[in-house]
Amino acid sequence: MRPGKRDDHMLADFNFRIIFEYLPLFLTGLRSTFFISGVSIMLALVTGTIACACRISSIKLLKYPAIAYIEVIRSTPLLVQIYFLYFGLPTLGIRVPEIQTGIIALMLNSGAYIAEIIRAGITSVDDGQIESGVSSGLNYFQRMRFIILPQALGATVPPLLGQSIVLVKDSALLSLISVMELTRCGQTMTSERFMPTEAFLTVTFFYMCIYFCLKSLADWSQKKLIFREAY
Amino acid sequence: MMAFYFSRLVEIFPFFLKGLWMTTQIAFISLFTCTILGFILGILRSGKNIILKRLIGVYVAFVRGTPFVVQVFIVFFILPEWGIQLKAFQAALLAMAIMGSAFICEIVAGGISAISKGQWEAGTASGLTLIQQLRLVVIPQAMKVILPPLVGQYVLLIKDTSVVSVIGVMDLTRVGWVTVMRIPEGLMVFSLVGVLYFVISYPLILLSNYLERRMAV
Repeated sequence: MRPGKRDDHMLADFNFRIIFEYLPLFLTGLRSTFFISGVSIMLALVTGTIACACRISSIKLLKYPAIAYIEVIRSTPLLVQIYFLYFGLPTLGIRVPEIQTGIIALMLNSGAYIAEIIRAGITSVDDGQIESGVSSGLNYFQRMRFIILPQALGATVPPLLGQSIVLVKDSALLSLISVMELTRCGQTMTSERFMPTEAFLTVTFFYMCIYFCLKSLADWSQKKLIFREAY
Repeated sequence: MMAFYFSRLVEIFPFFLKGLWMTTQIAFISLFTCTILGFILGILRSGKNIILKRLIGVYVAFVRGTPFVVQVFIVFFILPEWGIQLKAFQAALLAMAIMGSAFICEIVAGGISAISKGQWEAGTASGLTLIQQLRLVVIPQAMKVILPPLVGQYVLLIKDTSVVSVIGVMDLTRVGWVTVMRIPEGLMVFSLVGVLYFVISYPLILLSNYLERRMAV
């Protein structure tokens, strides 16, 4: 039991001074979280697109590895994937900084979900559209380019923004392999000053800010999409 | 060397089964509590009480906006400051209940809002009480919309139990983490952990895919 137990109100002696003292640390953490999430989502988009292209292709040598990749990622926890790379890469003789290991893990994880999002968008295009493309004499690539993708990509924007919200939250797990991001800053402050309330409520505040920005963007794109479909 | 580590891994396999049992326990208890709490919150959220709706809205936004690992830290480190001492296992269950019920609440509220107003009115006209309308008319129809994402959410919840290993709960992930300190073969150890998670969650993924196809019509 710690001495001087807090009583009265739960946040009676909430210490703002200490938060201001640690603000520079939190801002570096925030920047690091932005950087990690931004880079990971870009790489995940590329991975996801390639995985999706393999998944829907009729070549078995591409299709089955893609299925295996997507299903394995989706049925194991991200934390296990992070530890797999973090403890596994050195045994293969690959030594990279934690932050790169983390970005690779996030990229592979989100890539699988993005592949499924894009696939859902493509399969949502009506069969009649494809048939009319065939009967107009368009080949496979022309059908993709002019008929399927323009319709499918719009539908994938809101779920992709949803996935980026998930990715920002997932990046918090990198604190467990000692990447200096937002959550890790909270842990650092807790261990240095024994003030978990101030530390983690500040961390929560920053994550909520990111969440609300991305959420309103996602809602806006959803509205825009419905509006466009009405015409 | 590989073969040596492999035989060591086989030796301590019962340790992994213990971890699997712990993960299963946490998963089942929290799926159960999350479902009940989630349904209650979801029904209240689609009710008429504005204040209650707002409060639940704030709660859901808080849970959806922050990473689960931060929520676990809040439960484990901040509650003791306020005089609530929890063991790691209890803290894990509490954090899971807080997180899961918010997500399930959203799914249930979405399902209920998909039911047309006419159904409620028909219930009222037939002289059913509010509880009866919910139980006999609305929920059975809403289940069609609720069930596929609910099973999908169960898969996510099972996977999220891995995060509670950070506060020292001896679950599957923690067992892997402890093992890798003694057997420095990260690929082998965490492949095994991954396979064990796969065994629990893949059947549920298949079920969710099946339900999605089944309910889509």
